[in-house]
Amino acid sequence: MDLLQMKDISKFFGENQVLNKVSLTIKQGEIHGLVGENGAGKSTLMNILFGMPVIHNTGGYEGEIFFDGQPYNPKSPMEAMEKGIGMVHQEFMLIPGFTITENIKLNRENTKPSLFSKIFGPKLEKLDIAKMREDAKAALKKLSMNIDEFLPVAGLPVGYMQFIEIAREIDKSNLKLLILDEPTAVLTESEADHFLKVIKTLASSGISILFITHRLEEIKKVTDNITILRDGCLVKSVATKDIEIPEIAKLMVGREIETSSANRRKINTEEKPYLEIKDLYVDMPGERVKGVNLKVYKGEILGIGGLAGHGKIGIANGIMGLYPTKGTILKDGEELPLNNPREMLKNSIAFLSEDRKGVGLLLDEPIDFNIAFTALEIKEEFIKKIGPLKIVDNKKIKDHAEKMIESLDIRCTGPEQRVGELSGGNQQKVCIARALTLNPDILLVSEPTRGIDIGAKKLVLDTLVKLNREHNMTIIMTSSELAELRQVADRIAIIAEGRVQAILPPDASDEEFGLAMAGHEKEKVVN
Amino acid sequence: MDLKKIYRKIGFPRLIISTFLVLLLIIATALKIPMSGIVQDILTRFGMNAVLVLAMVPSIQCGVGINFNLPLGVIFGLIGALVSMEFGLKSWTGFFVAILIAVPLSTIAGILYGLMLNKVKGQEMTVGNYFGYSIVSFMCIFWLIAPFKNPEMTWAIGGSGLRVTLSMASTIGGVLDNAFRFEVYPSWMPKWLVSFLEIVPLGLILTFAVLAAIVWIFSKTKLGTSMRVAGSSFKFASSNGVNVDKYRILGITLSTVLAAIGIIIYSQSFGFVQLYNAPLYVALPAAASILIGGASLRKAKIIHVIIGTFLFQGLLVVALPVINILSEGSMAEIIRIVISNGIILYALTRKEGETA
Repeated sequence: MDLLQMKDISKFFGENQVLNKVSLTIKQGEIHGLVGENGAGKSTLMNILFGMPVIHNTGGYEGEIFFDGQPYNPKSPMEAMEKGIGMVHQEFMLIPGFTITENIKLNRENTKPSLFSKIFGPKLEKLDIAKMREDAKAALKKLSMNIDEFLPVAGLPVGYMQFIEIAREIDKSNLKLLILDEPTAVLTESEADHFLKVIKTLASSGISILFITHRLEEIKKVTDNITILRDGCLVKSVATKDIEIPEIAKLMVGREIETSSANRRKINTEEKPYLEIKDLYVDMPGERVKGVNLKVYKGEILGIGGLAGHGKIGIANGIMGLYPTKGTILKDGEELPLNNPREMLKNSIAFLSEDRKGVGLLLDEPIDFNIAFTALEIKEEFIKKIGPLKIVDNKKIKDHAEKMIESLDIRCTGPEQRVGELSGGNQQKVCIARALTLNPDILLVSEPTRGIDIGAKKLVLDTLVKLNREHNMTIIMTSSELAELRQVADRIAIIAEGRVQAILPPDASDEEFGLAMAGHEKEKVVN
Repeated sequence: MDLKKIYRKIGFPRLIISTFLVLLLIIATALKIPMSGIVQDILTRFGMNAVLVLAMVPSIQCGVGINFNLPLGVIFGLIGALVSMEFGLKSWTGFFVAILIAVPLSTIAGILYGLMLNKVKGQEMTVGNYFGYSIVSFMCIFWLIAPFKNPEMTWAIGGSGLRVTLSMASTIGGVLDNAFRFEVYPSWMPKWLVSFLEIVPLGLILTFAVLAAIVWIFSKTKLGTSMRVAGSSFKFASSNGVNVDKYRILGITLSTVLAAIGIIIYSQSFGFVQLYNAPLYVALPAAASILIGGASLRKAKIIHVIIGTFLFQGLLVVALPVINILSEGSMAEIIRIVISNGIILYALTRKEGETA
């Protein structure tokens, strides 16, 4: 019997379509895998199913859902829970200072009447601690966990927290469908194995499970059926036994790529690397880098790709010294000081941050000031000296900005317009203009097209290629969009679990990229 | 330009306060209060307070926000003035000696305070407030045991410990205010010039103009620009190789030094040095003034100082005689407190960067 049926679900965020007629069917007691790249629409689909407010605040969705044979249109997570849907989130939603029992029973505490509750109503009933402990113990036992249910959650290993989240869900007596959003991402291998076993036991007790993960071998191991999403569309829904991991990877990644491989240069890896990164560790929350080794050659565009949270963003931020870093960075054979943005800029390494509005720009300042500031600060350009005073030359700054606005085609009312008023694409161009003013040897670019509409995307990418070709600027471009990397990069390094998984040519197959992202085949390095 | 644009440019608080000021001026004329006296008072009080308000500019620009710890600088300014008075130095010598002593002391204090503020980022205004209370209380002990011997300054009985209010009449009182005023004006001076000099405290205003020009030029230098960037966005500044901590210390030190100079200017005009708890009452009116002038917790310019001090002091000067005639008691003082605290409260409810 079909427990859940989602039919032709579509969802727009503003102009942006994130789901396009996606259907999904789950039977009772089935483990169903859902895979897709970042931004494929998995989370949105789950948010719809779980009635998250973000869906209804942005205009709801199109399509029909049937749950347990009934039409189902949840307006709030509370409603979803009442129907018997539980969700374990990627980020733990536990209260650290509470005990395991209290967390499991949160907002569903067992109570018994007290003197006050008789007068003031059931809100003042006394907690039935004994019953709560008993229930918590039973729930933990189902997960074969042997742990004192009265310990506080703070200080427990992350693996335990994951199980406590699940215990909370299965403690709900009416649970029919359990959604697990990347539950194994934080688990060690042995924990993950244990976890998968527990899932199977749960499923055999009649609870259906929707399992979202990037780890394809897990999907292959435990699920009955797999649904693959890509760019908001349903690619394939198939029984697990009929599909192999390489094909899943290919379906996940594959899309038409407008490669202009005609003007792609061959990178000679025999020559001395221009920038060499040895054993780089970066402590960037959410994007930790755990020992990256990379060689970058003069005049190339090196792409850095990989899934969110695996540390690709951390590399450029670490090189610039914006987060605590250790390791060795050599430029032209000379070692550069770490954790010091000023020295990096002085050594002619510039950075376009993925956090354009926070790190990349001063939104309250005009365009011309934003373009000129780094050069002003580091190279003392745009300054006239009057006696001992270094006065900022506003006229020069304005003239320079006018030139940049023209050559990069920044759409604005003039150099004195505030950057905060510009569109994402034009803001990015202001960032590029600033880097251009600095005229660095090496340009680090992070997520250059994030939050930019398609037309502007192409312009930004073209500008980067132009910089590379005309100024022989070495560019290291980090992006979540593989297609974009394959379009402009000469080589692409795929980062998984904080390390370089593989270095692939842009015309490598979808399968190779997909596997590398999922952390397969460690030794495969294509030069 | 349509009305809405003009309204937005002026801003709600300035609109209310200038309307109120104009209203009071009309009433004052109706009550036949002499206009020349009012103008003289407004200009004098403007000159007295403007430098203390100016002290807020570097602290806001460097990202610390309103410097509620103005009393720190004020205390070292007072020490400068007291030392100069102890030696009985008069007029310009006394004034410059006071400044010369106050500036290095307040510089050191400012640097130390800046180092401390770097450890409490995000709570500078709260911490500054309490630091101000602490240092003022601590100095209450100091004033009592400080080794000043000049009998004009110490308590008459016992001969030790400084008095609460010390007259500057015989030393540096009025040295700036009366810089261009004479007992007997030379006969070649036209009459209008004489009355102009009598009404306008030219020396006082010029001193403010010089200090304001220094702060303005500083903000146009590379150092000042970097400081402003450090104050606008920590992330942006540090990713551009700007040492944010260093510039915060610079800003807070400038603010402290300006507070020290400001209180010497204030005291010479007022004619008295006020010790013990008096420095506590410096920060709030200064904060209110610059906010009325259109500054926000993140942005401040010289023009905000000028507009704000003028409106705030103007209101007090005009309100005092008018309200004392119309009603009884210390209404004017109550109004001052309501306005200054109200405007600070209003400014703090604004989103960061938005002007009050």
